[in-house]
Amino acid sequence: MTVIEKHDYDVVVIGSGGSGLRAAIAAAEAGAKTAVICKSLLGKAHTVMAEGGMAASLGNMVPEDNWRTHFQDTMFGGKYLNNWRMAELHAKEVPDRAIELEHWGAIFDRNDDRKMHQRAFGGHTHNRLVHIGDRTGLELIRTLQDKTVHSNVDVFMETTITRLLKDGDRVVGAFGFKRPTGEYLSFSSKALVLATGGSGRIYKITSNSQDCTGDGYALAYHAGAQLVDMEFVQFHPTGMVFPPGVAGLLVTEAVRGEGGRLFNNNGERFMEKYDPKRMELSTRDVVARSIYTEVKEGRGSEHGGAFLDVTHLDGDYVKTRLPSMYEQFKELAGVDITKEPMQVGPTCHYFMGGIKVDADTGATRVPGLFATGEATGGMNGSNRLGGNSLGDLLVFGRRAGLGAVEEANRIGPVSVPDGAVEDAHARAAEDLAGDETNKENPYALHKELQQAMGAGAGIFRDKEGLETAIAEVEKIYERALNLRAPSSRPDYNPGWQLCQELRNMTTVSLMIAKGALLREESRGGHSRLDFPAYDDYWSEHNILQDGVGPDLDLTPVPVVRKDDLAELIDERKQQEAATK
Amino acid sequence: MSTEMKGGHRQLKIWRGDRETGQLVDYELDTEPGMVVLDAVLEIQASQEPDLAVRWNCKAAKCGSCSAEINGKPQLMCKTRLDHLPADEPITVEPMRAFPQVRDLVTDVSWNYRVNEKIPPFTPREGLPNEYLMGQADTDRVSEFRKCIECFMCQDVCHILRDHRLQEKYYGPRFMVRLASLDMHPLDGLDRTDLIADQAGVGLCNITKCCTEVCPEGIKITDNAIIPLKERVADQRYDPLLKIFKRKGRQGRKKV
Amino acid sequence: MSTTSEALKPSPAYGEPRKAGATARRDRWWVQPFLVVAALTTFGIYTIVRVILSTKYPGVYTDGAHLQSPMFSPDLAGIFGFHTKLPWSFLVLWAPLGMRTTCYYYRKSIYRSYFLAPPACAVAGAARRKYSGETKMLLFMNLHRFFFYAAAIVVGFLAFDFVRSLFYATAGGGTSFGVSIGSLIMLINVVCLSGYTFGCNSFRHLIGGNLDCFDCSASTRTRHTLWQRVTTLNVRHQEWAWLSMFTVWGTDLYLWLAGSGVFTDPHHIF
Ligand SMILES: Cc1cc2nc3c(=O)[nH]c(=O)nc-3n(C[C@H](O)[C@H](O)[C@H](O)COP(=O)(O)OP(=O)(O)OC[C@H]3O[C@@H](n4cnc5c(N)ncnc54)[C@H](O)[C@@H]3O)c2cc1C
Ligand code: SF4
Ligand code: SF4
Ligand code: FES
Repeated sequence: MTVIEKHDYDVVVIGSGGSGLRAAIAAAEAGAKTAVICKSLLGKAHTVMAEGGMAASLGNMVPEDNWRTHFQDTMFGGKYLNNWRMAELHAKEVPDRAIELEHWGAIFDRNDDRKMHQRAFGGHTHNRLVHIGDRTGLELIRTLQDKTVHSNVDVFMETTITRLLKDGDRVVGAFGFKRPTGEYLSFSSKALVLATGGSGRIYKITSNSQDCTGDGYALAYHAGAQLVDMEFVQFHPTGMVFPPGVAGLLVTEAVRGEGGRLFNNNGERFMEKYDPKRMELSTRDVVARSIYTEVKEGRGSEHGGAFLDVTHLDGDYVKTRLPSMYEQFKELAGVDITKEPMQVGPTCHYFMGGIKVDADTGATRVPGLFATGEATGGMNGSNRLGGNSLGDLLVFGRRAGLGAVEEANRIGPVSVPDGAVEDAHARAAEDLAGDETNKENPYALHKELQQAMGAGAGIFRDKEGLETAIAEVEKIYERALNLRAPSSRPDYNPGWQLCQELRNMTTVSLMIAKGALLREESRGGHSRLDFPAYDDYWSEHNILQDGVGPDLDLTPVPVVRKDDLAELIDERKQQEAATK
Repeated sequence: MSTEMKGGHRQLKIWRGDRETGQLVDYELDTEPGMVVLDAVLEIQASQEPDLAVRWNCKAAKCGSCSAEINGKPQLMCKTRLDHLPADEPITVEPMRAFPQVRDLVTDVSWNYRVNEKIPPFTPREGLPNEYLMGQADTDRVSEFRKCIECFMCQDVCHILRDHRLQEKYYGPRFMVRLASLDMHPLDGLDRTDLIADQAGVGLCNITKCCTEVCPEGIKITDNAIIPLKERVADQRYDPLLKIFKRKGRQGRKKV
Repeated sequence: MSTTSEALKPSPAYGEPRKAGATARRDRWWVQPFLVVAALTTFGIYTIVRVILSTKYPGVYTDGAHLQSPMFSPDLAGIFGFHTKLPWSFLVLWAPLGMRTTCYYYRKSIYRSYFLAPPACAVAGAARRKYSGETKMLLFMNLHRFFFYAAAIVVGFLAFDFVRSLFYATAGGGTSFGVSIGSLIMLINVVCLSGYTFGCNSFRHLIGGNLDCFDCSASTRTRHTLWQRVTTLNVRHQEWAWLSMFTVWGTDLYLWLAGSGVFTDPHHIF
């Protein structure tokens, strides 16, 4: 008999990105016995990569900035598909969360008044992003990490959760294994928070880290939760395209913010065609599609991108303002960006969609299950503004942590049924050491999935491509039930972990492709070549998904409105109409 | 392209082993131009050696997971290009030697996390306003230390930990950086000088600067963190002049 | 559970036992320590020989000008009227030599090159039973700031020496102004020594580094500006250290040769 280590907590948080850590801190401070579980080492979650900053209407640069404008910007950016309440809470609470980070030791760049400096970013009316150089995510993670370590939270690093454990309808725990040893663990929890981030690894070209395999989406789905807006995937316009090893690596929006220009191979500044007013600083979806179109129509660079050029700026200025970009290109591509243009192309960056939660508490519809961060959907509608994720993590991380504690206090002791643990264990053990005949190799199948998604459900979509993609992914789904790690060693076996992750990614891919097929319009992070315009019906509806196995149920539901905010929305829509 | 990028056939010698034993194993592969060492290792993992253990996450030199010793020098695998290494000899890739082995290229860095727990975190001074006021000059000084991505390569290369194994007596350069970031935070309210001198053991550092040489973030660990901390300890303990003239402890800071 | 030392056991890749010089590095890491030992040893021997031989060092007089070697400055006899039979340069040389011995840069290169602790990064050092860093025997290194104070005073005298070298006693008892090659060399030396001395890590600490807050009052802001200036020198402390060591050596050698009549110092070139 395999020994399964058992742990008992009030609140278990899965994920140690910004949202997971903030949830754990909130839960621990409210007195709950709390654990954080993460696949990577503490402090190395995907959040660490965030560069530009965190949007908060502190008004340090522009005193008239306030939560209302921030709310309006967020709604406009999301093309009004956002959950109104989430956008409201976010805009109202981010300033407090930013200030709180400083109280915990974070350091941000200052303005002349010695307050936090705020930089401009695409889609934000005012200078709004608090930041420290171009490594804001690191500051956020490190601050929360130190706070967590001193908040009486138990951290389980390099531990992969493969299954949520249920007792009847209620989620009562989670099952997984420790990566360094392969030992199995089961957790019992009165309330569980998913803070597992996005799923960028379903595409070959992505800015996301290895952790981003959509585990939370799949875990929640299989536990019976609903997901929302899964068709909306943000492709960041500027990722590196060369050399092949680094394709997808992010080139920060700040490059364009500092005056970088985009050219095609005829030397034309092509943004003039697509958005003459805002040019390179148009919203991410527009710039990404423009670059894609130029390349597709044969005006791309030698390595299949556009040219992003800062050579007209002073070399020293570039080096001080964009130090990490200068380094990144010099080191990895052998390009001196003060002398030569960069070659860039769209890269998968962020998932607007995710688990559907109650805005105030982060509760899903499954009792005992909460979610927060990029793993959730709703806050960003069809398109996220740069800088709106980091604040999201803190505001809703805290709320989900508090929501979970409340639930834990309410329900009293829970017990994990032995059968649930046995099932989960059997699956994991089968992946590792099951019969080897006729098994699929996870590395190869992962490549096939990325191929299928890139071809049919990438930045531009149409009916035919999506149908092909769905058919292929469904086949991959079947084959993924038959995976086997290429080696049976339990300790630090990456192939084993990939078996589980690949099944999750396949589920997520299906959601994206199916949602995209149903939404017959183009909006934000979803562009249909066969339906290039907005559609009246879809401008009022989100798509909810739930189901069993590969059988997804897709249900369009009206956007969740909130009457007291309608005036703000109308105001913005009128402004918009007036400037057209 | 300003520098030529070469792909081609390359040989690697990768350390394979566990806690007790191990050896370098030869691998060969065809590389694409611009590949980094991590690409090569992952390619070998996917096509030749499925259970080759390696730790990585961001592949963008931002998370500090993929530290290893490449041709004998601590470096991030995801930041080291193959064509920057001599082409006529095999590339050796070994785990960080100073830490206990988990398997192959993965080491157990948990000691570092235990050390971090012993350092009292940022504790604001009394009477600060809700919205902190701070100058950019102070931000700049502290922010250099906060660039640390916790790759722990400085801990790996520091001879006090690596060769003399004084983990019980010295926190290591990474945590000198952490202590400096707290000690020079203009709004922090603790005086950690005794901790720095005694438990953290700053006196053991002989400023030989290997930590600074390997830091992928270019933090001037020795000059900007350790030496100033040594000087601050000297202020309180070894400077008779300062003892006579002033210094009844540091203003606004409570001793820990 | 494993014991603490067991838990901290290094990777088997580390290999046991480790002999001095054991490493997987393939570059020529030993070149640098070798050069450092060669240069510092030569300089040390030169200094000792020179100081012992020149017990009655009088300074160099060329046609009425006084050119004082930096190894024998301040000119105790000439300025203070202090006379002794001892090799009196020991009375002054302790300051710059002490500054260099306790200097953070020289400490680094001496520990590395002479004590092999470690000889180079990721290269095993000489095995010693107990490593105590700068805690026990070497605790005096913390007195670096006092050697800095003394060395800074000496730099002041060197500047004085330079100025003095520009004035020639004429036959009629008056003075004339003139520049010689020797004076120029002394000027270069003073500049390099200032670059070295005022880039000192201790000075950097005392001038502003010891502040907890740079941007809190007018005086802290001024000290921050000064700290930045010192920092500019400090980032090149190593280069200044070698440069000034060679200029001291070169100046002394020049004046020694000129003073002992090997050649005459060309004077009144301007
Ligand atoms: C390059 C880049 C730059 C960005 N810049 C900005 C910016 O400037 N401003 C901004 O607002 N946003 C930015 N973003 C977006 C933002 O960083 C992310 O959306 C955000 O960090 C997501 O945080 P999270 O807490 O939801 O999850 P993540 O940080 O992704 O963390 C997920 C956690 O869940 C764990 N996990 C996942 N699955 C499992 C499992 N099965 N078992 C156990 N643990 C699991 C992982 O180990 C990890 O700890 C950027 C993103 C990228 C890629
Ligand atoms: S300078 Fe000090 S901390 Fe850095 S490697 Fe050398 S001995 Fe270790
Ligand atoms: S200080 Fe530098 S070398 Fe040390 S852990 Fe941090 S980033 Fe790595
Ligand atoms: S993988 Fe993150 S630093 Fe190399």
